[in-house]
Amino acid sequence: MLLLADPLATEAAGAALAAVLQPGDAVALHGDLGAGKTTFARGLLAALGLPGEAPSPSFAIVQAYAPPEVRIPIWHVDLYRIENPEDALEFGLDDARLDTALLIEWPERLGPPLWPDTLHLRFEPGPDDVRRLTWQAPASWEARWPPR
Amino acid sequence: MTLILGLESSCDETAAALVTGERRILAHRLAGQEAAHRPFGGVVPEIAARAHVEMLTPLVAAALDDAGIALDAVDAIAATAGPGLIGGVMVGLVTGKALALATGKPLVAVNHLEGHALSPRLADPELGFPYMLLLVSGGHCQLLFVEGVGRYRRLATTIDDAAGEAFDKTAKLLGLGFPGGPAVEQAARAGDPRAVPLPRPLIGSQEPHFSFAGLKSAVLRARDAGLHRAEDIAASFQQAVVDCLIDRTRRALAVSPRATALVVAGGVAANGAVRSALQRLAQERDIPFSAPPLWLCTDNAAMIAWAGCERYREGLIDTLDAPARARWPLDPTAEKARGAGVKA
Repeated sequence: MLLLADPLATEAAGAALAAVLQPGDAVALHGDLGAGKTTFARGLLAALGLPGEAPSPSFAIVQAYAPPEVRIPIWHVDLYRIENPEDALEFGLDDARLDTALLIEWPERLGPPLWPDTLHLRFEPGPDDVRRLTWQAPASWEARWPPR
Repeated sequence: MTLILGLESSCDETAAALVTGERRILAHRLAGQEAAHRPFGGVVPEIAARAHVEMLTPLVAAALDDAGIALDAVDAIAATAGPGLIGGVMVGLVTGKALALATGKPLVAVNHLEGHALSPRLADPELGFPYMLLLVSGGHCQLLFVEGVGRYRRLATTIDDAAGEAFDKTAKLLGLGFPGGPAVEQAARAGDPRAVPLPRPLIGSQEPHFSFAGLKSAVLRARDAGLHRAEDIAASFQQAVVDCLIDRTRRALAVSPRATALVVAGGVAANGAVRSALQRLAQERDIPFSAPPLWLCTDNAAMIAWAGCERYREGLIDTLDAPARARWPLDPTAEKARGAGVKA
């Protein structure tokens, strides 16, 4: 468990993940509205080298980034608006994993659990800006998460 | 007389329209027009590309039928080529290409944002260049200095959430139902805009941009504190958004003395408090204020047909290999908005 004192700490946690993130990784961000998922994602994208703004993917659902603007290809995905898991099929998340890292907000909208090698991060609000970050890390992540 | 068929399918709406160079809207059709079923709390929007596929061709036929016009009477086919949800964009663009190929008419690949940016000129014949545009919707929040067709300077954008998204998510957090924008506006009428202290992110800062993510978190905290009525939170939230929009727009106008009008477009332009505050700002600056009718503010194909018309008249047509683009900034030279880690 990590206690994130404020949005800057949440961004720093995202940056820590960016340091070990590889193409093909799937990371699921769980948590309610305002829990810090997008703040974490922005910290991660900035640390991957994104020079400009990282717009919320809530509307476009998939925001794709690729080198040279970021170190590795990554999709920032927000499934909040998906109600029928089948609708998500056509985004081609499975195919994307061949060469792209996936950062997925509202993963539960896909219905059944994601791939078994997904790193699951869970954000819960504490008092004021504090966030509690817990995780479920499969074997492939053991050497990489939590950050040391 | 120029006559353009416009197609739009870049996000939740599927639409087709016929518009003339004389600003006559001969037909406009919108599928899934269940206006109540908006994102964030609503019934499933038409996100799936296959839904666009099923609807677009009948919509084109219906629009031609409404106008009493044969397909080969049009001068060009305009289709949204981005930005948006890539599956949907492809459906509209490929349909446009097929129609262009079949009729031998030119294709105009339209940027969805340009559709919004030029739509005020479809509604207002008096509106000339250059003007200042505040584009506020569920997916975008930008200030654009519109100098001419295809000439846009992005002065500001959101560094996180769009303004419409903030409305939708606030409605969800407060349990106000959907669609989020009107729900918040209605609740706000029964509330006190000064009751709940909420932040005004980036107001007064040197950087020109918008930020709404922190405001959403503040709404969450206010709700959980249990001290305030939902109506008061809604009213205070709406006032905070208005204050942010006005502060940033005032700043943009101050650095753009050539702007001959202040214009608003996008779904959030439907909000009465936003509209009247912008109107006051225009009066303060002694320039006219222009806002298209509400149906033209939200996503539709008439604005795509009109943007296609404006481009066609300038000779700006595209070849059939025009790409569909998920991201397509109107002003690629815009200075990057500082992203994560900014504390201003």
